[in-house]
Amino acid sequence: MPLKLDPNLSDPDGAYDLLIAAHDGLDKAQSDALNARLILILANHIGDLDILSEALQAARAAG
Amino acid sequence: MTSTGNAVQANYDLAFDLYPYARVADQDACVRHPVVVVGGGPVGLTLALDLGRRGTPVVVLDDHAGPGQGSKAICFAKRTLDIAHRLGAAAPMMDKGIVWSRGRVFHGDGQLFQFDLQPEPGDRHPAFINLQQPYFEQAMVKAIRREQAAGAPIEIRGGNRVTGLEVRDDHARLEVDTPDGPYSLEADYLIACDGARSPLRKMMGLGFDGRVFEDNFLIADVRMSADFPTERWFWFQPPFKDSGQSALLHKQPDDVWRIDFQLGSDIVREVELQDDRVRARVDAMLSSQTGEVPAYDLVWTSIYRFQCRRMRQFRHGPVFFAGDSAHQVSPFGARGANSGVQDAENLAWKLDLVVKGKAGQPLLDSYHTERAFAADENILNSSRSTDFMTPKTDASRLFRDAVLDLAGRYAFARPLVNSGRLSVPCVYEAHHGFGPDDFDGPVKTRPGSACCDGPLGNGFLLDALTDGFTVLTLGQANLSVPGLAHLHIERPTAEVAARFLGDAPGAVYLIRPDHHILARWAETTPDAVLAAVARATGQEGFHAPEA
Repeated sequence: MPLKLDPNLSDPDGAYDLLIAAHDGLDKAQSDALNARLILILANHIGDLDILSEALQAARAAG
Repeated sequence: MTSTGNAVQANYDLAFDLYPYARVADQDACVRHPVVVVGGGPVGLTLALDLGRRGTPVVVLDDHAGPGQGSKAICFAKRTLDIAHRLGAAAPMMDKGIVWSRGRVFHGDGQLFQFDLQPEPGDRHPAFINLQQPYFEQAMVKAIRREQAAGAPIEIRGGNRVTGLEVRDDHARLEVDTPDGPYSLEADYLIACDGARSPLRKMMGLGFDGRVFEDNFLIADVRMSADFPTERWFWFQPPFKDSGQSALLHKQPDDVWRIDFQLGSDIVREVELQDDRVRARVDAMLSSQTGEVPAYDLVWTSIYRFQCRRMRQFRHGPVFFAGDSAHQVSPFGARGANSGVQDAENLAWKLDLVVKGKAGQPLLDSYHTERAFAADENILNSSRSTDFMTPKTDASRLFRDAVLDLAGRYAFARPLVNSGRLSVPCVYEAHHGFGPDDFDGPVKTRPGSACCDGPLGNGFLLDALTDGFTVLTLGQANLSVPGLAHLHIERPTAEVAARFLGDAPGAVYLIRPDHHILARWAETTPDAVLAAVARATGQEGFHAPEA
C-alpha cells in the first residue's frame, strides 16, 4: 500500500485542532518532546518501513 | 615474566604465565613455516588450535608469556562456546563462567523493562556466559597443550616480539626479538591476530575506514560479595552521582562485577583513573541499590574510547588480519571477541585445505568477503547502539529521550531501546557462494546460517557433525555422497524437525567445516552436492565477488 498523499482525514479541521490543542501549555522543549513521542507512536502504528520512508521523503521535500 | 633479557620488555603484568619464553632451534636459522600467527589472544589461540587439530603446522608468536591482568572481554556468546566445544576447549569455560539470561534496562530511577535470553530448548550452550578473557585464553591453551601431547603440530613461542616484516608475493619474512636476541623466520601465510593496535598493520602502513567515537567509558571491576542478581543492568541517565549518561553492571566469576560509566568527551584521563575518583562513582552506584556502600576491592580500572571501523581488505597477499586487528566495534554488543573467534574459525579450515593443496586461492579470498560482511553487520549494529546511547544531535537526543519516555509505559517502544544488540552469528549471503536453497524450509537453517544445535540421541546434533563437509539428511531424504561424511536422522526430535524440516517429510543439508550451512535441497543427487562443495572450495573457476 503506497503512502496516501491525497486527502484522507474525515474531519480536517477537527484533526488540525487536535494537533494544536495537544500542545496547550507546553514550552518549546516539551512540545518538541511531545512531537517526537507522537511520531514514534504513529510510526509504530504504520509499521511499514517503506511507507515511513516515503513519508519522511515527502516531509523533507515540502520544507 | 620469565624472560630475562632486555630485548623484550613486558608492557603489562600477567594474569597467567601460560607460555614462557624458551629458546628453540629455529633461532639459529631462518626457517619457513606454512602458517605463523602473531598474537596469542582469543583469536590467535582459536586459530592455532583449529589448524593444529586439522594437522596443519602453526607457530604462534606472542611478545608476552600469557594474557595480561584485567577482565577485558567478559561476555562469550553461544556461537563462541559451540566453536570452543568443537575444539575441545569449552568445558573449563562452562565450569568457570557465569550463565546469565536476564537483562534489565533502567531510565533514571525507574525500570523500563527486562528481557530474557532463554536458551533454545535442546541446545548444549546458553545464550551467553560471562567469563574474564584470561580464563578463556587459559582454557584455549589447556586444549592446545592436550592436542600437542597427542601430536598436533602447534607451537606457541612466548617472549617473541615481531620487530620487522617484509611481505613478498608468496610469503612473509619476520624479524623477531627474544631474550636471546633477534632471529628471522618466514611464513607462507601470516595471520595478524595482534589486536586493535596491531603492530603488523602499522608495519604494512595500513589503516582503517570508519568512525571514532569521542566518548570515554570508565571500566571498574570490583570484587564484593554483594547480593545483586546475576543479570545485566543497564541505566540510561543513571540516578547516581557523576555516573554520566549511561552505566552498566554485570557479574563475572570470582565475585567480580563489571561496572561501566560513560564519562563524556571532555575528561582528563589520569584524573578520572585516580582511585578516589573511581571509588566515589562506584560508591554512589552501589549505595543507590542497597542504601549503603558494601565493602569491595577495585580489581581493575581502565578508560577506553571506541571505534566502529574496519580495514578495507582483511587479506593482503600472504597476510591476513583477524579479530580486533581487522575490525573494531563498541563493547556493548559483545561483538569484539565473539566476532574475532568467528574470524578464526572461518579462516582455519580454509587455510588447512589450501596448505594441503585441496583448494585454491579463491577459497582464501572468501575469508575477506565473508568476514568483512560480518564486520559490517557488527559495525552497523554497534554504531546504531552508540548513536542511541550517545546522541550526537539535538534531534537524535529528542527521539532517544522520547523512546525512553514511551518504553516504560508502552511495549511497542521497548524494541527501540538500544543498550547494545547482543552478538548473534552472521548469516552469509547467497552471493558469497552459498546455495542452492532448493528447499522451502525454515528460515533459521537457510544456507549461510550457522547450523543450529538440537537434541540427538543422548547428545547433541552439533557433536555429530565432522570437522570436514557433512551431508545431513533428515526424515525421508537419505543420500550418501562418496568422499563426504554423512549423518542421517531418520526420526528427528521435535526441536530438530522444527529447525530443519518445518512441515516437510525430508531434506538434505550440506554443512561446511565451520558448521555454516552451505546448501540444502528437498531432494538432490550426489553430483549436485559435490558441485556445491567444489564451488565453495574455490574449484571449477569459482571466484568470490567483492563485497
